[in-house]
Amino acid sequence: MTVRIDIRENTYYDSVTLMALTQKMAAHPGVTEAVAVMATPMNKDLLAGVGLLTAAADAAGADDLIVAIRAESDAACEAALALFAGATARRAEDKKTAVSFTSLDAAVRHLPGANLAVISVPGEYAAREARAALRNGLHVMLFSDNVSLADEIDLKTTAHEKGLLVMGPDCGTAIVNGVALCFANAVRRGNIGVVGASGTGTQEVTVHIDRLGGGVSQVLGTGGRDLGAEVGGIMMLDCLAALSKDEATGVIVLISKPPAPSVADKIVAAIQTCPKPVVVCFLGGANAVGAGGTYFAATLEEAARAAVALATGDKPPSQACSHEKLATMATVARAKLAPGQHAIRGLYCGGTLCQEAARTAPGEGHIFIDLGDDDYTKGKPHPMIEPSLRLPYILEAARDPSVAVLLLDVVLGYGAHPDPAGVTASAIVQAREIARAAGRHLEVIAYVCGTDADPQGKAGQESKLAAAGATLAKSNARGAYLAAAVVSREV
Amino acid sequence: MSPINELFAKQLSVINIGAPVFKDDLAAQKVAVTQLDWRPPAGGRPELITALDCLEARPEIDAANAEAVTAILSARPVLTDVALSALEAIPGMTPTTILHAGPPIDWEAMAGPMRGAVIGALIYERLAADEQEAGRLATSGKITFAPCHEHCAVGPMTGIVSASMPVWVIENATHGNRSYCTLNEGLGKVLRFGAFSGEVIDRLRWMQGELAPALKAALAFTGAIDLRTMIAQALHMGDECHNRNKAGTSLLIRTIAPGLAKAGLAPEVVARVLAFMHSNDHFFLNLSMPAAKAALDAAHGIEGSSVVTTMCRNGVEFGVRVSGCPGNTWFTGPAQMVQGLFFPGYTVADANPDLGDSAITETYGIGGFAMGGAPAIVQFVGGTPADALEYTTKMYEITLAENTSYTIPNLNFRGTPTAIDIRRVVGAGLLPVINTGMAHREAGIGQVGAGIVRPPRECFDKALLALAQRVGKK
Repeated sequence: MTVRIDIRENTYYDSVTLMALTQKMAAHPGVTEAVAVMATPMNKDLLAGVGLLTAAADAAGADDLIVAIRAESDAACEAALALFAGATARRAEDKKTAVSFTSLDAAVRHLPGANLAVISVPGEYAAREARAALRNGLHVMLFSDNVSLADEIDLKTTAHEKGLLVMGPDCGTAIVNGVALCFANAVRRGNIGVVGASGTGTQEVTVHIDRLGGGVSQVLGTGGRDLGAEVGGIMMLDCLAALSKDEATGVIVLISKPPAPSVADKIVAAIQTCPKPVVVCFLGGANAVGAGGTYFAATLEEAARAAVALATGDKPPSQACSHEKLATMATVARAKLAPGQHAIRGLYCGGTLCQEAARTAPGEGHIFIDLGDDDYTKGKPHPMIEPSLRLPYILEAARDPSVAVLLLDVVLGYGAHPDPAGVTASAIVQAREIARAAGRHLEVIAYVCGTDADPQGKAGQESKLAAAGATLAKSNARGAYLAAAVVSREV
Repeated sequence: MSPINELFAKQLSVINIGAPVFKDDLAAQKVAVTQLDWRPPAGGRPELITALDCLEARPEIDAANAEAVTAILSARPVLTDVALSALEAIPGMTPTTILHAGPPIDWEAMAGPMRGAVIGALIYERLAADEQEAGRLATSGKITFAPCHEHCAVGPMTGIVSASMPVWVIENATHGNRSYCTLNEGLGKVLRFGAFSGEVIDRLRWMQGELAPALKAALAFTGAIDLRTMIAQALHMGDECHNRNKAGTSLLIRTIAPGLAKAGLAPEVVARVLAFMHSNDHFFLNLSMPAAKAALDAAHGIEGSSVVTTMCRNGVEFGVRVSGCPGNTWFTGPAQMVQGLFFPGYTVADANPDLGDSAITETYGIGGFAMGGAPAIVQFVGGTPADALEYTTKMYEITLAENTSYTIPNLNFRGTPTAIDIRRVVGAGLLPVINTGMAHREAGIGQVGAGIVRPPRECFDKALLALAQRVGKK
């Protein structure tokens, strides 16, 4: 055991500094006792208490510093003293600490200019946060699902009274002031305002607007239950009113599943008083012109076409898109099928895209799965974020002798996986190989919902799918039409 | 224009609550976005969330809190006198009353240091001759134990106050209420850490016989001393007025010295009094604490208010009182261990759990809440001046006001975070930070270190549930 007593005359450190250094030295391996103190009578008593008060230390005065070490070896003593010397020479580094906030109230107090809360916490807590946001005068994008209907009605009622947005719950897509929120694509700005009760439905309409040369002013979401009888379309009506007054918006597109009849009446009445042309896509209707200049579109793509035409001052196209070319392609593919191959297997990441495609399928025996549905996402990420979740379903479809067509969506944009086509391509190759080995042709039809400005880049994603042997569709509706045509006996 | 149309004309400024990927995407689009350090409110406990929902966004509670905040900020505690005995000054005091720190506690349950201090006080009062007799008396039922806080008083560490101890008299010049605190005995073997040896009793007798009368006489010449001003100055001199009182003590000496000189005392008395104050960096603590107490008592008992008016510890339990639960309604939880540095020769095994009424300073918006202006203190937890600032800035999340008297120079003279709101504490799951000393767990050994401690969460949980029940549904 070695003892080292260092006395530094006329050297002052405050007691807190010395305690911190003492702790550091004592923690050094081999050191059994370390004391760094000013040589006051009280501190000398302390030293005596641990058997380190040498005669020299006792003789030191109150403005002298004593560093006393007891250690297993000389080396350990030296190391501890070096630690002390190093630490006292060291200039404290200026640590930059970022301000962080635990509560929304505190964040808003610090950021008085905040105007939008994006909320994606678990559903049971989401309504609370949304309430706090509204209380603070913030608009809300409520991505979370599993929010009760009662909370949704309460939130939207409050928002309506305050004139604020509550986009959601379960709203995945919006583009406000050109900024993509959650799952949204990089779409050109323009004069078409969109309100959607569906996420991927809205994405599909906006990417087609972009593709057709149009652009969007604002893209707002309402969540899927907004047009139900209970919520009564509060947010759809508020968004419609806001876009009606918005100078940058010339044409308005509404996207939803067919609303409850009571709500449909309110929406139609609101459209009739709207001074701007309104295109409505209540998935599944036919192209039609309704009373008061309402344009009903049968598909998401048709809605975009109508909107872009109206936005440039034209009339919406009276004819639906021509599918002649698709029919020819279908004939070629059909010729390759083995007997017994008659079914479409649609494996979708986007719920609305899945619904739109399923509607087109002829006859029986087809299976369409929305892998983003709650039943498939419990405890897992959404397949738009993690596309590998779809791969086992792709291989399973390939092994099913009744499956003729595998129909896939690949959704790009902010929020989505950085390379969904790359993740999916090898499974497509494998699937086609499985079918081929069993003497079948598996027609894989894929649709990439996105733009070239998206972080993933549409062209690059499409070429990966094409290289894997997939047939690429120009829209979700066309992909679905082609799939139907391949398995249809009449065409 | 509707707020929605107004939004269309503005730059987005987003607060992201949840998945960080959405924040990253927004940042990639060059949008101003702040990620909330979110966690389930109230630890995700449904009954607490229900209570929060009941208490949040309620105009009558906000109004009650505004009243409490005004009371705290407008309070002007001034030192008016030294009362030569607690018996004559403190309301409800009797010759056999012993006041102690923290929430109510029986002799049987008291921690080592507090028992030691009780024994010392009984010997000092000549109610017992020695430790054994004092112990018997303490258990006899003839002694009334009560929290200082229930008698307009506060005491550091064990906080023991007995009938013949002299006390500072602080008056809240704004509201007229008074508060009391004993004179600080210094460091080492002292009663407040549970020491009761002869030297401790002798010192107390000297304080009673010489120190207190001298200071009383000096105060008669200096007149009342504005403690709010003195605390404000001390904060600008590196004190946080809980764990560091060097500046406050110096300011007090400077202010009172002319009075001492004029009071016609023998020079050796003046010298002893000045030397005693000078030898004890914490002398001012026994003034910053009752100053805080005087201000907070004025804010207590406002129906509906969720403002914390007391935080204190008896070495076994931590106790909280809330303005909207009037009177002596205590919400308690187990006293925690202090995290910090130990004097040489001591380890965590020697330390008593959190002890003393001194957390009244944090309740008042100083102490740990003002650490940003007292960077020397932060080394107790191995921190840097930047950490000290962060401790302070975090506390703005759980408080309702920025102090109008107490400011932090290196936060651009921002007022210290003041008026703790239990809704915010529970909602954010963020507990107040308290700077404190550590007592040895055995009576009479004294201070073993200092550091930082947080109250147990359950004090605030219980207070929240009780307040929600009291004010009823919206």
